[in-house]
Amino acid sequence: MEHTDLLVDWSRAQFALTALYHWLFVPLTLGLTFIVAIMETIYVKTGDEKWKTTTKFWMGLLAINFAIGLATGIIMEFEFGTNWSNYSWIVGDIFGAPLAIEGLMAFFMESTFFAVMFFGWDKVSKKMHLTSTWLVALGSNLSALWILVANGWMQHPVGMHFNPDTARNEMQDFWEVFLNPNAVSKFLHTVSSGYVLASLFVLGISAWFLLKKRDTQFARRSIIVASSFGLIASMYLITTGDESAHQVALNQPMKLAAMEGLYDGEKRAGIVAFGVLDASKTIGDTKDPFYFSFEIPGALSFLGYHNLNAFVPGIDDLIYGNKEHGIMSVGEKMQKGKIAVGALTAYKNYKKAGDLTKASRALKTFEANEQYMGYGYLKKPTDAVPSVALSFYSFHTMVGLGSWFLLLFLISLYYSMINEMHKKKWLLYLALFTIPFGYVAQEAGWIVAEAGRQPWAIQDLLPVGMAASNVASTSVMITFWLFAILFTGLLIAEVKIMLKQIKIGPEGH
Amino acid sequence: MKTQITQFFKSIYYLYYDGFVNMKVGKTLWLLIAVKLFVMFVIVKWLFFPDVLQERFHTDQERSQYILNTLTKEN
Repeated sequence: MEHTDLLVDWSRAQFALTALYHWLFVPLTLGLTFIVAIMETIYVKTGDEKWKTTTKFWMGLLAINFAIGLATGIIMEFEFGTNWSNYSWIVGDIFGAPLAIEGLMAFFMESTFFAVMFFGWDKVSKKMHLTSTWLVALGSNLSALWILVANGWMQHPVGMHFNPDTARNEMQDFWEVFLNPNAVSKFLHTVSSGYVLASLFVLGISAWFLLKKRDTQFARRSIIVASSFGLIASMYLITTGDESAHQVALNQPMKLAAMEGLYDGEKRAGIVAFGVLDASKTIGDTKDPFYFSFEIPGALSFLGYHNLNAFVPGIDDLIYGNKEHGIMSVGEKMQKGKIAVGALTAYKNYKKAGDLTKASRALKTFEANEQYMGYGYLKKPTDAVPSVALSFYSFHTMVGLGSWFLLLFLISLYYSMINEMHKKKWLLYLALFTIPFGYVAQEAGWIVAEAGRQPWAIQDLLPVGMAASNVASTSVMITFWLFAILFTGLLIAEVKIMLKQIKIGPEGH
Repeated sequence: MKTQITQFFKSIYYLYYDGFVNMKVGKTLWLLIAVKLFVMFVIVKWLFFPDVLQERFHTDQERSQYILNTLTKEN
């Protein structure tokens, strides 16, 4: 068995692959369930059968997406047990509760209300059917809540105590874990991004019908719902994004600095609206990090700390420390981390030898330095810096596309309201070709969240190198490619079945 | 009362039965789900994804000890 950087890199690549593929299916389900619920509500309120046809068409596409995406997330749980067994053991007590609730909730909701929603047309009352549709929408979103509570904890671990006898983090306060501000903001930002993606999906496909001059009334109805829902969701997405960035600034300042390519901290720090990073820039040198950039002054201070004059630490401040602003260097944190690891070793050995007095003293030293434990495993201070290019470009891609989506919904809603959408071919093409960019923004968001927090599996406590299992890297490589083939096959199947159903049109459902 | 309960369960049964029988694209989707779950749980999980700590150790105490040794770099 081996435990090398290669193994850790392949384990990370495999997890990233499965998470990114899984995330191709989930956000559409999160948003489309609400869109069909809104459409069905209009049908029940108006009694207009055309709205029923519209609802059933989008519900059909939802079913395809749901079926193909179903259980793709389970593979990540396999990976926890095989490739991340150290991590799974250490977080087991924290993850157990949210994931068990998620599993039970998903099972009961999906086996009951999904069945009523898909099979219950004309078999249950209109109100009962509508209630089931709304419960599916709420249930699938609540299902996401528990996963994001677990993820939020990894980004900002709270409400737990590390037990040095069992090597496990034990939950001390469920509500602190559940109401972790990082988890709450992550949940709201993630689900609202799903609403935006689903709105783009409905808008783009409806635009295709208008371009083909087919089922035009159906397409216009769908566009009005998609562009209004998408516009509201986009505005909400901005507010949740603001809160997310605020949480990152408070708890993961290195991630924020990497997202903005900020090396030298400053007051009234600006956001780079557009820029190209200089790849030759290294930590601690005096080079400008950008070949060129266009900045909005003060915006990063405001985004991060809700104060235009706030000091935003840069990568250099965080690595070398900044006494003026009370920032401890990574080197100091590494020293404290090594003391924590040494004290844990001493505690274990004294306890084994039966010397409880010395064990108790070692435990006190451990507890005094525990919050820096993860730094004790880093080889050099710069290991605490994530990939700046990956974080920066992913963040700016996500934000740029998000702004474009807002504008697209606004223009589409305007032309729909004045009944001229069908005449604007340029807009219809733009709406259609924006669909894949919705997915790009989704994946970019995950890259910012997950690659941006490197090297940590659990922020400040456990680096990925310590979280990975000691298994053969060749087996991880094999399964990486196995999943790449499996998921690509599923994706091709989804696109093919969906295209076929779209071409059949609403009357065929 | 008994008839009402029987009727309730009958209606649930027919909801699922008719739903499955009258499916169009749904049949392809169910086939896809079945193949996917088979590949995931039988092939992938069984062949490639053993639970490392469960397989290597018999008790939680042994697992704790192994992780502690890893954290203290004694493995």
